[in-house]
Amino acid sequence: MTAAIVWQRRRAAAAGVWREFAANRGGLAGLVILAVIVLLAVLAPVITDPSGLDVTNAPGRPLQPPSGRFPLGTDIDGRSVLLLTLWGARVSLLVGFAATILSVLIGTIVGIAAGHFGRWVAGILLRLTDFFLVLPSLVLAIALSTVLPQGIATIILAVGVTSWPTTARLVRAQTLTIESRPYIERAKALGGGHLHIVGKHVLPGVLPLVLANTTLVVGNSIIAESTLSFLGLGDPSAVSWGSMLQRALSSGAVTGGAWWYLLPPGLAIVVIVLCFTLVGRALETVVNPRLKGHS
Amino acid sequence: MTDTLAAAELIDPDERPGRTGTARFLLGKLGGAVTSLLLVAALGFLLFRLIPGDPVSTLTKDRPTSPEQIADLRARLGVDKPLWQQFLDYVGGLARGDLGTSFGYNRPVADLIAERFWPTLLLVGTATLLAVTIGLWLGVRAAWRRGSAFDRTQTGIALTLWSVPQFWLGLLLLIATHGLFPSGGMRSPDAGPGFFAQAGTIAYHLVLPCVTLLAVLYAQYMLVMRSSLLGEMDAEYLTTARAKGLRDDLVRRRHAVPNALLPTVTLVFLQFGMVVSGTVTVETVFSWPGLGLLTYEALRVPDLPLLQGVFLVLAGSVIVMNLIAEVLYRVLDPRVRAR
Repeated sequence: MTAAIVWQRRRAAAAGVWREFAANRGGLAGLVILAVIVLLAVLAPVITDPSGLDVTNAPGRPLQPPSGRFPLGTDIDGRSVLLLTLWGARVSLLVGFAATILSVLIGTIVGIAAGHFGRWVAGILLRLTDFFLVLPSLVLAIALSTVLPQGIATIILAVGVTSWPTTARLVRAQTLTIESRPYIERAKALGGGHLHIVGKHVLPGVLPLVLANTTLVVGNSIIAESTLSFLGLGDPSAVSWGSMLQRALSSGAVTGGAWWYLLPPGLAIVVIVLCFTLVGRALETVVNPRLKGHS
Repeated sequence: MTDTLAAAELIDPDERPGRTGTARFLLGKLGGAVTSLLLVAALGFLLFRLIPGDPVSTLTKDRPTSPEQIADLRARLGVDKPLWQQFLDYVGGLARGDLGTSFGYNRPVADLIAERFWPTLLLVGTATLLAVTIGLWLGVRAAWRRGSAFDRTQTGIALTLWSVPQFWLGLLLLIATHGLFPSGGMRSPDAGPGFFAQAGTIAYHLVLPCVTLLAVLYAQYMLVMRSSLLGEMDAEYLTTARAKGLRDDLVRRRHAVPNALLPTVTLVFLQFGMVVSGTVTVETVFSWPGLGLLTYEALRVPDLPLLQGVFLVLAGSVIVMNLIAEVLYRVLDPRVRAR
């Protein structure tokens, strides 16, 4: 019986959150566009022919402007730019999501630990967070991806390990707010241990904020991935938006005026990052009542 | 956006000094910065010496070498000593300003960095100066007419530029101006040797990289100035100023803006980390011969000692810049000092 009531309440709460989120038109538009892009990326092997990605067996001549056969023209090897952009979404999204999960995971653990355990644990963790916060993350990511073996896993690691401090600070502040409330004192008085307090009280209170923050982190991760790939640090065998732009510059196509080679991957990055930012900001206003009424 | 504000709020309220004196505050901040610098040095050693393993095997990968040559090289690079000895040598070298020798250039890393420092300073300095001027002006106008068409377009443009990868913006500018400006380098080989001819050709080459960096940097100044001024808008002293009969733009110039300026002043220093990453991509796109391009050249080889040197110098300067920001904030804001 009680379980049914709990679920009913949860459903009602979720519906409330959704109503508030849907009231934000920018956030809703961002979510719809994101869903379309993710769907296209996932379905890329089904709706397109991957043999067109082969450099040695390219269907067109190099650097053809847009035409009926190649709606977005061809790249330096004669491959369709539309096809490359579509497949590039897979790597960019994969790295973006995976790096974000890593980053948010580290940030949440460090943040909760720094907020929950006082004294020297908090001291050391805060010092470490501040250190990584000021460290130029691109330079550190470059260093990591140079010394580790080249590949997608390295890029994920480099982006994830360098971007967690903002999450950690946010989570720590929220943990401190929650732990100052009387019900935590009650839980402690009743004999709740660290695990109980963190797992049952702090984590559920922190998670909504973490979720909103996560969508904002994804955008940053995608930009970081494209930057590292642009510098030639990505997986050489995988097509990503950053590596397309790198090829466009290094092959001289940019100075040659091949705008169709340059616009699609760049616009794709801008659109996807903007969508994540819109969704993140909308979620933030839902979970953080203090932000309501501000723009 | 949250990032923008997070950067401005780097000076955590609960870390602000209490009733303790300025000396103690300064010592605390200085100690923190020194710890961070030591951590950077340790991280540099970990990243470039411990993870990649033996540099000798990398160096001799494609060349036939005798065991004697390898032994000689190991002794010259100091990798035949125990690890703790290597670390002490490394720290001692850092203390003397010795950053090792570049594999690719076969020259001292410190010399290479010193050579490439000035072009970067010129690029970053010009872009920052313009970004501050334009960003603050736009931010003040947007906040003062909050919700107007000007405010909405400008905030929209700033947020969009925020989502644009810097290098792509550079590539777009290259293709949009189509040969109007030089596509790379810092000066033309056929420019005259005179001072004005040289300054002219450098300025001509500076335009595109500077505009690219500017487009990314100004947005943050604008958004922080806007939200800071919005915070002051309802303040009672503005009502007082208006009640005295001051004209609207005098209220803005003399009363609101000076108070709202505070967070943006320290932003110049706090933003330095972002400027550093900007120089790497922008200098790569435009082959501007600064520290950013040096980083790119080093990672292509990969030239680990050079990369290590650049990492240490860039990370170190960001830490110093943050220290300046924190101290400056206290000097500038009497409210923080008095608490």
